[in-house]
Amino acid sequence: MTKNNPLIERLAPWIAVVALVIIWEVTVRVFDVPSFIFPSAMETARALVTYAGPIAMHSWQTFWTTLIGFGLGVAVGLVLGFIIGSSRFLYNACYPLLVGFNAIPKVAFVPILVVWFGIGSVPAILTAFLICFFPIVVNVATGLATLEPEMEDVLRVLGARRMDVLLKVGLPRSLPYFFASLKVAITLAFVGTVVSETVASNQGIGYLMMSAGSQMRMGLVFAGLLVISAMAMVMYELFAQLEKRMTGWAHRGQNR
Amino acid sequence: MAAAFVTFDDVSLAYDTSGNAIEDINLSIHEGEFVAFVGPSGCGKSTFMKLCTGLHAPTTGAVRVDGATVAGPLKISGMAFQNANLLPWRTTLDNVLLPLEIVKPYRHQFRKRREEFVGWARKLLKTVGLEGYEDQYPWQLSGGMQQRASICRALIHQPRLLMLDEPFGALDAFTREELWCVLRDLWEAQRFTVVLVTHDLREAAFLADTVYIMSRRPGRVIERREIELSRPRALETTYQKPFIDLVQELRAQIGEVRST
Repeated sequence: MTKNNPLIERLAPWIAVVALVIIWEVTVRVFDVPSFIFPSAMETARALVTYAGPIAMHSWQTFWTTLIGFGLGVAVGLVLGFIIGSSRFLYNACYPLLVGFNAIPKVAFVPILVVWFGIGSVPAILTAFLICFFPIVVNVATGLATLEPEMEDVLRVLGARRMDVLLKVGLPRSLPYFFASLKVAITLAFVGTVVSETVASNQGIGYLMMSAGSQMRMGLVFAGLLVISAMAMVMYELFAQLEKRMTGWAHRGQNR
Repeated sequence: MAAAFVTFDDVSLAYDTSGNAIEDINLSIHEGEFVAFVGPSGCGKSTFMKLCTGLHAPTTGAVRVDGATVAGPLKISGMAFQNANLLPWRTTLDNVLLPLEIVKPYRHQFRKRREEFVGWARKLLKTVGLEGYEDQYPWQLSGGMQQRASICRALIHQPRLLMLDEPFGALDAFTREELWCVLRDLWEAQRFTVVLVTHDLREAAFLADTVYIMSRRPGRVIERREIELSRPRALETTYQKPFIDLVQELRAQIGEVRST
């Protein structure tokens, strides 16, 4: 074992961020890239401060639409995953459909959603939902469908009903899969929202970046990018912590 | 002699068109009897377990348990396998309690009588030497301890029929002998009916009243052997001549089966 200082280990991600910013700043300066092509880190920071108000407002819009879309995705993903995973027939029947659906670029849905719901928050919420429910369905369904037959037999000789097996064994067993999928889903939900906002909204970070880009204010565009990834990282970390807390038994190897 | 508790009448089972997994099984087990099935691997011993507990229906013939033809999962049996199959998100105690959450009539009383049930589970865990491990998770226990807990889980609801599918197969020799004695003591105390499937002839001879030897696939019962050793049996008997002779005879019969 190398003796890693725990403090250094804890700080490692921050060190990486700082290093990236320094490389960014130095590269832009050394090659003297014009700021309307690629703004420096300093300029981006300046834009962040200057436009803090509008950025906060649009971030909030993006944040709550993403969360609603994500919430819908979790609800639908859980229910659909449970239904599909609990029956071999439905699993076989629906899986190809789901894969096919997932292969459609979600940006292609946005115009349809605009026709149905107009521009604004609704298409953003629905795009976030459409893009993020798939990993949840697949993970929950797989968790349920891969139940060990011996475990099922143990319960069945006791006279357990299908529902008993699913609730006592299937569901708890698929929880690690579920929480793992939440981490993926929340980041995808941000992608969905921002994609929809760039095309069909007059609010949100996606819209902000789009309009700033059309005015060549690249500092603001990059500030938008930073805010999105910051939000996604925070949410990811939140769900990672939740996962650790809820399903510690599944990750026992790592902290023992 | 007590009336037959489990009877097999001309039972055959084919999983698919590739032929019978087991064939023409006729036998009867009386209540409280300890029977063991031995045979070469792939001889359908596990299939036999599934028929007995109603997890599978026979293709021909009939299985009767306690006077009634088996049509679905039995509900009066407990089961333990080679893998302990404990649920990793439940403590040892909660794993042992699991059957009481499912079997009638306990499932409807579970909340009300929980304290009492926990008492049963603790007592049972104590008899197999797991006192003090109740709140540990299965993955914190050794293989032998997991298997003890698994046997407790199979017995907590006081089943009349205990099915054991090579329960000690994955354990080291010393732990295995220790658990033979645990099982022997539990059985001596409660006298439930046991069907034990095993590869280990010493295990079968030490524990069982009756040993059935099965042929290769399609599995048939080719020999029924009553073990006359007096009870309660001490582990030392297994190192004495009568026992060793008995095991050797059984071994010779298995040898014949394998060579045919």
